[in-house]
Amino acid sequence: MTGDGSWLIRGVTIPGRDEKATSILIAGGSVTAIGPDLDHPGATTIDAGGLIALPGLVDLHTHLREPGREDAETVETGTAAAALGGYTAVHAMANTDPVADTAGVVEQVWRLGRTAGHCDVQPVGAVTVGLGGVRLAELGTMADSAARVRVFSDDGRCVSDPLLMRRALEYVKAFDGVIAQHAQDPRLTEGAQLNEGEMSARLGLAGWPAVAEEAIIARDCLLAAHVGSALHLCHVSTAGSAEIIRWAKSKGWPVTAEVTPHHLLLTDELAAGYDPVFKVNPPLRTEADVAELRRALADGTIDCVATDHAPHPVEAKESEWAEAAFGMTGLETALRVVQRAMVETGLLDWAGVADRMSVRPARIGRLTGHGHPLTPGAPGHLTLYDPAAPAEAVTSAGASKSRNTPFAGMELPGRVVATFLRGVPAVLDGKLA
Amino acid sequence: MKRHLISAADLSRGDAVLILDTAEELASLADRPIKKLPTLRGRTVVNLFYEDSTRTRISFEAAAKRLSADVINFSAKGSSVAKGESLKDTALTLEAMGADAVIIRHGASGAAHRLAGWVRGSVLNAGDGTHEHPTQALLDAFTIRRRLMASRGGQGGIRVSSPRASTVGAAGARGAGLDGLRVTIVGDVLHSRVARSNVLLLSTLGAEVTLAAPPTLLPLAVGSWPCAVSYDLDSELPKSDVVMMLRVQQERMNAAYFPSVREYSRRYGLDAARMARLPGHAIVMHPGPMNRGVEIAAEVADSVRSTIVEQVANGVTTRMAVLYLLLGGTEFPATGEVR
Repeated sequence: MTGDGSWLIRGVTIPGRDEKATSILIAGGSVTAIGPDLDHPGATTIDAGGLIALPGLVDLHTHLREPGREDAETVETGTAAAALGGYTAVHAMANTDPVADTAGVVEQVWRLGRTAGHCDVQPVGAVTVGLGGVRLAELGTMADSAARVRVFSDDGRCVSDPLLMRRALEYVKAFDGVIAQHAQDPRLTEGAQLNEGEMSARLGLAGWPAVAEEAIIARDCLLAAHVGSALHLCHVSTAGSAEIIRWAKSKGWPVTAEVTPHHLLLTDELAAGYDPVFKVNPPLRTEADVAELRRALADGTIDCVATDHAPHPVEAKESEWAEAAFGMTGLETALRVVQRAMVETGLLDWAGVADRMSVRPARIGRLTGHGHPLTPGAPGHLTLYDPAAPAEAVTSAGASKSRNTPFAGMELPGRVVATFLRGVPAVLDGKLA
Repeated sequence: MKRHLISAADLSRGDAVLILDTAEELASLADRPIKKLPTLRGRTVVNLFYEDSTRTRISFEAAAKRLSADVINFSAKGSSVAKGESLKDTALTLEAMGADAVIIRHGASGAAHRLAGWVRGSVLNAGDGTHEHPTQALLDAFTIRRRLMASRGGQGGIRVSSPRASTVGAAGARGAGLDGLRVTIVGDVLHSRVARSNVLLLSTLGAEVTLAAPPTLLPLAVGSWPCAVSYDLDSELPKSDVVMMLRVQQERMNAAYFPSVREYSRRYGLDAARMARLPGHAIVMHPGPMNRGVEIAAEVADSVRSTIVEQVANGVTTRMAVLYLLLGGTEFPATGEVR
């Protein structure tokens, strides 16, 4: 590189601005200028004709697996996958080994993220000690730690005890925290394998009924309203959940929600061949659910897309369905899936995508340094995306250590061309910089 | 026919009738002093059993041996599986040993499906979790056809036939399906692979299937199946040509599927009084093993209507027919479609 470290992106379109090609100058870690006739002698120029610029994407729900399951993913490989997918910040879920339920573990994950440098890593703290659902973890200490934890979740398990959930919601008010609930009634889902419906009946797999998610969501919306605390709902998967959230929001209650890319595109019909690459929790649902989730994301009932990137080693998926692990990778394909599910269907424009994949998740995660619309003075986190790139089949080989993508072989549009973190490219020309 | 037999849905009506006709042909062997055919000489058939099931394993073993195949019994207990070997690694091992067919019984739904992706030989599903048990359905269809269709002429009326007479008149059933017969399957449909396979196969063959069970033991989406549903066994009995009782596992009541074994038995058990409500020609079936006194009373199980022992005998001939059709017709059974 011969320049002064600044970058001039020419010919790019910023959705929601004026839809005309313009230039963006990034210097000193920030967006310093936007305009059609920019020039900067020391800058490295990128010809971004036909590309769109989005504020760096923010994922509220990522499993980086480190510490404990470095065979599935590490902070290094997971954040590389995130950067390649256009993300500049990810929230690392707490279900590691040891569990991220102390200041020590969340600070370790936070530091690993800084060292890896592909994107910012914001640790999520566990709500209960060891995800055990019995005793609150030291939420305040994690909030006060160097990792500045604001989102707390027992994700992978539901905080099913209503009293414990109430206390957790109340307690985190002291430091502007939010409880991210994995809504799954444990008794209604004992041994559950697949959405309860025609497919589970035909395949003889124990059903995971929609009501097991919806009942917890309804209860927790009422609790959040009662104590006036922020509730976030992870990976909402059913039409009924969307309806309950819409109702809760109509009351003005402090509830937010996310949906995964796979729940926006895939259905339980894919389980027909018993390939556990389609096994995920909550499970893939029906066409009707997919349609309603898309509508709810479009109208803002569901605030954001979150990947629930859940890497697993090969042997965890090369087995009988019931034996296999739940989960799918998603960081590297999320934006392309959203283009297919939301943009190509006319439900969301690219400004809407920026809102649902950057602005709102950053706000929910209390990440003040991310999710800023691209204006002069904004942090230098941005994603250059080519929505016109011809649809190409997804390959399972990527930066993630794991290969359990349900989209392998599926032709998806678009391509992430570059990702800038604090004004420095993490990804250039679709490759790690 | 397809290369594997994993689901009863894999069988067209033509396939199913061909299997039943072939079984009828092979049944005549059972009356000969030497019961063996040389058809599968040099072929290797593996019985891969992850669940204890002496009855099904022996049935398949007898079927393969009567066709002169080499049979290897691979029981999960006391093998490398007990040490945690994956199904895939076991499959690759069997593949390396040159198995022409693998008969698999497994506790996980879809295990046969997965296995078929890892081996070149034919896969026969001998029961996978709560999914399917297609050869049980075939032997049930064979039993029903022998008993109730053999004496049926072009008129389509059902004539009363004793077990003895049905064997004699069996040839009359060749080529026939089960058109118009009313079959009532009773009990724990939700967890029953036998019920799933029977609903699919019997409806393919033209029977009208009704499931009778407490609502808790029916899949929520049972409405999408090719059958009728009833919660009231008594109202179904007078119009049933066949009643098939499913085994009820007593531990189900711990998960609140029903309050007690006695209540289950009172509402859905087949006792002598209920049997008396059946039409004169109707038969009573059970895939075994039975819980006498729970889903079926001893006097019903031992009555002349009961086909339970016949079903076991028919199991061997039906499985011979399946092995014969899947493996018999080609030089290299491992590749491509047999017919």
